Amino acid sequence: MTKAKALVITGNGTNCEMEAAHACRLGGFDEARIAHIAELLTGEVSLDDYHFLNLTGGFLDGDDLGSAKAQANRLRYAAVEGKEERLVDQITRFIADGKLILGVCNGFQLLVKMGMLPALSGNYLNQTVTLTYNECGRFQDRWCYLKVDADSPSLYTKGIEGGVYLPVRHGEGKFLVDDARTLDAIEAKHLAVLKYSDVNYSAPTMEFPENPNGSINAIAGICDETGRIMGLMPHPEAFVHRTQHPRWTREELPEEGEGLIFFKNAAKYVKENF
Amino acid sequence: MPHRIEITLKDEVRDPRGERIKREIGHFLHLDVAEVRTIDVYTVDAELSADELAQAAAGPFSDPVIQDYSIDKPAAASFDFLVEVGFRAGVTDNVGRTAKEAIGYLLGRQLAAGEGVYTSVQYLLSGKLTQADAEKIATGLLCNTLIQRYQILDAATFKAQGGVAPFVPKVQGEAKVEVNTVNLEVSDEELMRISRDGVLALTLDEMKIIQAHYRDEKVREERVKVGLSTAPTDVELEALAQTWSEHCKHKIFSADVTYEDGEGNTEKINSLFKSYIQKTTADVRAAQGDKDYCLSVFKDNAGVIKFNDDWSLVFKVETHNSPSALDPYGGALTGIVGVNRDPFGTGKGAKLIFNTDVFCFADPFYEKELPKRLLHPRRIYEGVVEGVEHGGNKSGIPTVNGSLVFDERFAGKPLVFCGTAGLMPAAIAGEASHVKKIVPGDLIVMTGGRIGKDGIHGATFSSEELNENSPVSAVQIGDPITQKRMFDFLIRARDKALYRFITDNGAGGLSSSIGEMSEECGGCELDLSKAPLKYPGLAPWEILISEAQERMSLAVPPEQIDEFMEMAKRYGVEATVLGTFTDSGIFHMLYGEKTVAYLPLSFMHAGLPPMQIPARWEKPVHEEPKLEVSGDYTGDVKALLSSLNICSKESVVRRYDHEVQGGSVVKPFTGVDNDGPSDAAVVRPVLDSFEGVVVGHGICPRYSDIDAYDMAANAIDEGLRNYVAVGGSLDLVAGLDNFCWCDPVLSDRTPDGPYKMAQLVRANKALYDYCTFFSMPLISGKDSMKNDFYDGTTKISIPPTLLFSVIGKMEDARLAVTMDVKRAGDQVYLLGATGNELGASEYLVQKGFVGNNVPKVDAAAALATYRAYGAALNAGLVASCHDLSDGGLAVAAAESAFAGGFGIELDLAKVSFKGDGKSDVVLLFSESASRLLVTVRPERAEAFEKAMAGTAFAKIGAVTEEPTLKVKGLSGGVVVNAANAELKAAWQAPLKDL
Repeated sequence: MTKAKALVITGNGTNCEMEAAHACRLGGFDEARIAHIAELLTGEVSLDDYHFLNLTGGFLDGDDLGSAKAQANRLRYAAVEGKEERLVDQITRFIADGKLILGVCNGFQLLVKMGMLPALSGNYLNQTVTLTYNECGRFQDRWCYLKVDADSPSLYTKGIEGGVYLPVRHGEGKFLVDDARTLDAIEAKHLAVLKYSDVNYSAPTMEFPENPNGSINAIAGICDETGRIMGLMPHPEAFVHRTQHPRWTREELPEEGEGLIFFKNAAKYVKENF
Repeated sequence: MPHRIEITLKDEVRDPRGERIKREIGHFLHLDVAEVRTIDVYTVDAELSADELAQAAAGPFSDPVIQDYSIDKPAAASFDFLVEVGFRAGVTDNVGRTAKEAIGYLLGRQLAAGEGVYTSVQYLLSGKLTQADAEKIATGLLCNTLIQRYQILDAATFKAQGGVAPFVPKVQGEAKVEVNTVNLEVSDEELMRISRDGVLALTLDEMKIIQAHYRDEKVREERVKVGLSTAPTDVELEALAQTWSEHCKHKIFSADVTYEDGEGNTEKINSLFKSYIQKTTADVRAAQGDKDYCLSVFKDNAGVIKFNDDWSLVFKVETHNSPSALDPYGGALTGIVGVNRDPFGTGKGAKLIFNTDVFCFADPFYEKELPKRLLHPRRIYEGVVEGVEHGGNKSGIPTVNGSLVFDERFAGKPLVFCGTAGLMPAAIAGEASHVKKIVPGDLIVMTGGRIGKDGIHGATFSSEELNENSPVSAVQIGDPITQKRMFDFLIRARDKALYRFITDNGAGGLSSSIGEMSEECGGCELDLSKAPLKYPGLAPWEILISEAQERMSLAVPPEQIDEFMEMAKRYGVEATVLGTFTDSGIFHMLYGEKTVAYLPLSFMHAGLPPMQIPARWEKPVHEEPKLEVSGDYTGDVKALLSSLNICSKESVVRRYDHEVQGGSVVKPFTGVDNDGPSDAAVVRPVLDSFEGVVVGHGICPRYSDIDAYDMAANAIDEGLRNYVAVGGSLDLVAGLDNFCWCDPVLSDRTPDGPYKMAQLVRANKALYDYCTFFSMPLISGKDSMKNDFYDGTTKISIPPTLLFSVIGKMEDARLAVTMDVKRAGDQVYLLGATGNELGASEYLVQKGFVGNNVPKVDAAAALATYRAYGAALNAGLVASCHDLSDGGLAVAAAESAFAGGFGIELDLAKVSFKGDGKSDVVLLFSESASRLLVTVRPERAEAFEKAMAGTAFAKIGAVTEEPTLKVKGLSGGVVVNAANAELKAAWQAPLKDL
C-alpha cells in the first residue's frame, strides 16, 4: 500500500504546524512533514512528493494587508529556484493530480484569497468569496457548534452525524461572497460543509456568539466540487483528544476528539486512492 | 513622485472598525457621531508604472470581493470631517513593510533603497460636529501624537484642495556620523547637567566615578594608543549610562540598606537580591539535595528547570510599564514580543510554549481630572489589551493565564507584566542546552530587525519617574512577524549547532547584549558601521544603544559562519557579522577603522560602589471600621461580584488565543457555559505525552497599604494555591518574583523613601520566609523601581506590588481539576481556616475603609493543606476546586456555582475558624489565605476526609439541583440568597462591553 504522506507548510507567520502534523499522524498518515516555505521555494521540498497539503492557522505576514493576502500574493508570484515554475504551478498540479488540501483558519483565508475555494466550475485561481473582520470587531477564541451538511461532497466530514464541536480563534472569519449567484451555487452544490449552529445542530444561526463572526448563511467552512479541497475557520487539529475540550472535566467524553475525523478521512482517502 | 492608493469598502459591506470607533467616541468622549467609515491608504514612494500601481492596488492591497481601490484620486465622499492618521517618520510601520515586500514579489524585483510604502488610515466622520470635536476625536482617540501624525479636513476644504496630499514620513538623514567627546573636567552642577540633558540617568557619584576613571594615567596611556583623547566619547558615556542604569544594574536591589524595624532594631542588609532572593534559591536547592531540579537560575535571560529527562522548562516574566504609559499599544506589544526573546535567548534557545499577562490599571471609567501628559486609563486599557493581543496571537503563542488588577494609583503608571515560557531539549548535539559559552575568535552576529532611532534611552528613561519631558524616542512598535521569521530560522540553526551563544537585544540594545556577552570570553571588537540601519544618519552612539526590536545577538564559530549566513538568507532573515569576541579585557567599539569606545570590562561591569539606602518601618494605623450587622448580605455579594477586581474579564481573555499549539488542558474559562474563571492553566507542551505544565500567579497590591510583608506573603500563597488547585505538584514547582515599586530612595522628591524602602525589605523577607518553607526555588524575576508620576505638582505612586508567578509540573494532566461544581448532591468542603482578616479586603475597600487586620499566611498550615489536597486530587477524589481570594468565601462559592450550573447551600456555622471576631461578614468576605473550596462526590467523601485529616477543613454544605446560592448565617437565618443567573449577570456586567 502507498505510504500516505502529509505536508504541513510553515513560515512567515504560520502558527499551528505542530498540532496539524500531530493530527495527521494520529489520523493515520505514515509521514507528516513540516516544511518551511523556504524549503519549497528552494526546491528542497516538492509538493509532488505528498498527498495531503495542510495550510494551517496563523498570521501570515501578520495579516498586514488583510488576512493571508501577502502570502496569496507570494505564492502566486514567487518562483521555485532552479525550476521553470512558480509555487502556484505546483499547487494547481497537486489539485489536478487529485490530491487533498485542507486549509484551516489562516489556511482557509489563504485558499479563498488565492481563488482555490469554492473554485466553482473548476477555476482555482479566481477569487469569488472572502473572509473579513468579525462583525463584533474583535478577535474571538471560543468553541462553536458546527452543523455538517451530510450531502456535501467533502471527503473530510464523511461519517459525522449532526455536527462537530470545535474552537474558532480568529479576527477575520466573516464569510462573504461577491454576489448572490456565487452563494446560490455554493448552497445548491452543498459546498457549505459547515455552518455555525445551536448546540443540537438543528439549524444554522446568525446569533453571536454561536455564530462568532456574522458569516453570511452562517458558513464556517466550504469545499470545492470535488470535495478534496476544503477550508474552514474552526480548528479540527485543536480537538484530537478529550482533554482539549473546554468541559472535559465535567462531561463523559470519548478519548478521541471530534476533530480527528477530518484527518482520518483524509488518510483513508489517500490510502484507498493512491 | 509618491502615489496614494486608497482602499475603500464597497457600499454594502459593513465596516466593523468604523463601527467600533463610533462606539468608542460615544462611550469615551461623550460625542454623538452618526457614522464612521474608514479608508486604508498606502502611500507608495517608489518608481512604479501606472500599470504596476494598478496591479498592486488590485492584487495584494485590496480584496475584490469587498473592497474598491482608487489611485491618486481621493475616494472619500459624504462626510463632515475627515481625519487621516499615519505614523511619524521612523516609527515601525509593519503594514507598510509587508506592502513593500508584496510589491517586490509582484514585480519580481525588490524596491530600490530609499523607496518604500507608508500606511495611514482615514476616518470619515459624519454628524453634527465642530472642528473642535474633530480635534478632540483625533487626539483623544484616533491618534497618539507621540508616534503618529494626523490631519483634519472638513468636507469643504477637502473638496477645495482636491483630497489629501501625499505625505511620505521618511526619516531625512543628515549624514552626521560624528563622534563627540564630553569634557568631564567641570563642576558638579555641570556633571549633573550632562547627565540630565543626555537622559543618562547617572547620579553625581556615578558621574564622579567616570570622571576619576578618565583621570587615571594608565587609562589615558591606553586611550592615546588607540587614537582616543583623554575625555570620554559620547559612545562610551552612553554605554556606561546604559550598563549602570537602574533598569540594567538593579542598583536598588544591590544597595546597602540600613533597615530599622520600628521596634528599635537596626539591621544592615548588603543587597536585597543576594540576601533574600538568591539565598532563597540557594537554601531550597541545598535542602532538596539530589532532588534539585533547578538547571539555570539568575544567570541567563530566563530561569531553567527540569521538566523530564528529555526536556527543560524555561520561564521569564518582565514588565513594560513606562513605555506602556506613553504609548499603550506599542509599549505593551514590545513588552510581549520582548519577553518572548528572553526564553528564546536562554541557554542555546527554547521553543516558546505559552504567554502569561497581568495588567494593573486605574478604573477605565475614571471620571476625575488627570494631570496633563497622563493618558486616560481607558485608553491605556484599550491599547495595552490590543498590543498584547497582537503580540501574542501573531507570534502563535497561547496566552494561558493572567489577570487584571485595578487601583486608582495605577493612573500614574500602569503595570504591564508579560511572561513567556519555553521548552528546550535537555541536550543538543550531546551538550546540555541550558549552558552556553563563547570562545575568543567567535564572530559577533546580529540577526533580525534593523536598527533605527526607536527605543533610544529606553533603559535610562525607565530608570526615572515619568515626567512631561520623557523622550518620545523611547517608544517603539514591535513587529511580531519579523521576530517569528527569525525564531523559525534560529531554532533550526540551533538544532544544527550553528552557533555557540545566543542572547536577546532588549533594553540597552547592542551595548547591553554585546557588553554582557563580552564578559563571557573577556572582550570584543565590534564595528558599528557594519550594523544594518533602517535609514541613514544614525550616530555611532545611537547604533550602540538603540533598542530597535526583534534582534538577537549570537556568537558563531568562524567555521560555521558560512552555513549560518547561507541558511539565514534562505529563511529571509537578515544576519550581519559585526565583529569578533576577544579576550582583550576591552569593550572595543569601532566605526570603520576608527576607535569610538575603549572601555575596560572590569570598569564597565564592576566599577560601581553600592548605593546606601535608609529604610525605616513604621506600621501604619488605619481607621478600624465598625461594620453594620445585617440580616441579608445578598446585595454585598452582588456588589463584590461587580467590582472591577473580581468581575469577569472574559471580553479581554477571548481576544487572546489561549489554545494554539494544541496543548491546552485547563483553559482560562471553564464550566457548563465555558465562562467560569479558572484558577490556573494546565498545558501539555509535548503533544504525545500527558505530562502537564501548570502555571498560576498571585498579586494583591492592596495589602501593601497595611504591610508589604503580608502583601508578598499573600501573593506567594495565592500563586501557589492557584497552582495547587488545578493539580500542580509540590515536588516540581518554582517561583518568579516581579517587584514593581514606587521610588524607595530618599530624596527631595521622595521624602517618604525610607518607608517605601522598608516596605521593599519586608516584602523580600516574606519572599525568603515563605519560599524556603514551601521549598519553592526562585528561578528568575525582575524589578521595576520607579513607578511614579511627577509633574512638579502632582505625584502619583503605585502601591508596592509583587507579582508572584508559579510554574511547575503535573505528572498526568488527565487528573486536572477545574473550579466549576459538577453535580447536585456533591459535598462542599472549605479547606483552611478562616479568621477575622478583612484588612484591605475587597469588601472593606468597597465600604471605603482599609482596616488593619490583613490576612496572615500560616505557612505550615498552608503546606499541610496543599499536600493533603494534592494527594486527594491524585487519587481522583476531587470533583471541583476553587481558590478563595478577593471577596472571600461568598465570591468563590458564587463563581463555582454559576460556573457549574448548580446551586450551593452553605452553613457558615460549620466553617473552620481561627482567632476571635467570628461573624457572618467575616465568614463571608474575609480574605484569609490558603483556603480552597472543594466539592466531592458523596461516595468519595469519606476517603477525601481521610486524605485531609490533620489539616483545618470542614464540610460546610452541598451542591444543589436548584441553581441558587443559599448561605445560612451564624444565627440560623439565610443571609445570602440569590439565583445563579443574577449573580452571574452581576459578575459579567462591568467589563462586558469593553
